[in-house]
Amino acid sequence: MTMKLDSMYQDVILDHYKNPHGRGLRDGDAEVHHVNPTCGDEITLRVSLDGGTVRDVSYEGQGCSISQASASVLNELLVGKELPQARRIQETFLELMQSKGRIEPDDAMEELLQDAVAFAGVSKYPARVKCALLSWMAWKDATAQALGTGGKEPHPA
Amino acid sequence: MNLPGLLDTEAIRKDFPVLDRVLHEGKKLVYLDNAATSQKPRQVLDALQQYYELHNANVHRGIHVLAEEATALYEGARDKVAAFVNAPSRDEVIFTKNASESLNLVANMLGWADEPYRVDERTEIVITEMEHHSNIVPWQLLSQRTGAKLKWFGITDDGRLDLSRIDEIITEKTKIVSFVLVSNILGTHNPVETIVRRAQDVGALVLIDASQAAPHMALDVQALQADFVAFTGHKMCGPTGIGVLWGRQELLEDLPPFLGGGEMIETVSMHSSTYAPAPHKFEAGTPPIAQAVGMGAAVDYLSGIGMDRIAAHEQTLTEYALHRLRDIPGLRIVGPETAEDRGAAISFTLGDIHPHDVGQVLDEQGIAVRVGHHCARPVCLRFGIPATTRASFYLYSTPAEVDALADGLEYVRNFFG
Repeated sequence: MTMKLDSMYQDVILDHYKNPHGRGLRDGDAEVHHVNPTCGDEITLRVSLDGGTVRDVSYEGQGCSISQASASVLNELLVGKELPQARRIQETFLELMQSKGRIEPDDAMEELLQDAVAFAGVSKYPARVKCALLSWMAWKDATAQALGTGGKEPHPA
Repeated sequence: MNLPGLLDTEAIRKDFPVLDRVLHEGKKLVYLDNAATSQKPRQVLDALQQYYELHNANVHRGIHVLAEEATALYEGARDKVAAFVNAPSRDEVIFTKNASESLNLVANMLGWADEPYRVDERTEIVITEMEHHSNIVPWQLLSQRTGAKLKWFGITDDGRLDLSRIDEIITEKTKIVSFVLVSNILGTHNPVETIVRRAQDVGALVLIDASQAAPHMALDVQALQADFVAFTGHKMCGPTGIGVLWGRQELLEDLPPFLGGGEMIETVSMHSSTYAPAPHKFEAGTPPIAQAVGMGAAVDYLSGIGMDRIAAHEQTLTEYALHRLRDIPGLRIVGPETAEDRGAAISFTLGDIHPHDVGQVLDEQGIAVRVGHHCARPVCLRFGIPATTRASFYLYSTPAEVDALADGLEYVRNFFG
């Protein structure tokens, strides 16, 4: 196995793929359905808010290991967070994924993103970045809808 | 396993410079994405370069040496393509930019046509569930614009067209039947004669999408008995940006143009215009000249080897690949499982591993396949799968590459297992 592929399929990612956190649809304040038209990855995602806190993110979908693991990591990271902190995590993850492999996560980023740092290697593969971002864009969209601030935002694709 | 009829791939591969590429620190390229696009032989690359270095000019206009040479080369390519598909007349060969444009051209001609060809709210259009999106969407658009009803043949569990209700699907109301000769996702080679005979019985026109057939077998538009045949250059060793629509001459005379512009006119005044005869009537604007010349060189190249020999090579290779793939645990072939009436594109799923992951791990081993819905999403829906992995072979593909694919897939299984 070459280094390059190893840097994409980290053990952390494969673990989340094989044992996803929080999978399955539960009650929510808003539901969105996002697709990645280039590969057919799909996710249905619900956000449940408790005041300014993310009470639950539940999801169901189909797709590659990257998109599935990413949704699992999202659930683990965002559930229980205050919204401003959840947004910070989402924006930092987006920045990392759009870095084309140029960002070497530092300690602060690692602390913020935790398992999501494992996706740094995916950012080198333009065709797979959308897979990693699918659930995160769905979460952003669903949260905006749950807050009633302008409905559907543009899809990541 | 006995592998009769294989071509001398060692010699053929020397014509394709890209096949020498080494990827990912020492992995030899195994190019199995030929249904998406083929690689180009030196002969085609040279023709392109020579055209630009020595003959470049616009066609059908200038009274100078280069213009005459460019015109002769462009029209010479039309002669080559006409002979390649056994067209009764060179004037029946229209150059387009790709097969999609060829298919859209027919859909648009029929939308604007007078009786008896006109597609309107009293008429029906027939396609199949195994079409490439390029042979679905133009008909959906035509249906929406005219009110014509869009109908289609479904697919059987083993990936063949379900023609059991052919008399209910193709009826007196049918104006056009458009279907794929060889499916890009399933590999299925469809029974042309049955469909054409029924269409002729009810007076419907027939358009055949031969994009996955023209590169791989002898194509005879007269034997097909269709009214139109569409295909593209880049899948048959030619450049991108050049496609073909063959159409029967009397139809091309009767049907209206779609795109207007230079080249396609006879006379123009501020009030009206008259049109050039076919094929120029359907070739508005400066055509893809170098690309047509390159396609002519590709036709020469393929004909030099022989389309029947290429078909035999691929048939043997497909049989061998199906045999190797069947032995991989968890691998399910989507499409016909035998090499009978089948092209050299093989789609499959591998357990629960998503095709994206299959393709990525194969790529790390230098093996190029296509993953996704292959612009034939209705087929994926039909089989209840989000996507497939597809390996597709061509005249330069070898049994060793089939072995590399099989070994690569075993590796993928272990990686995600």
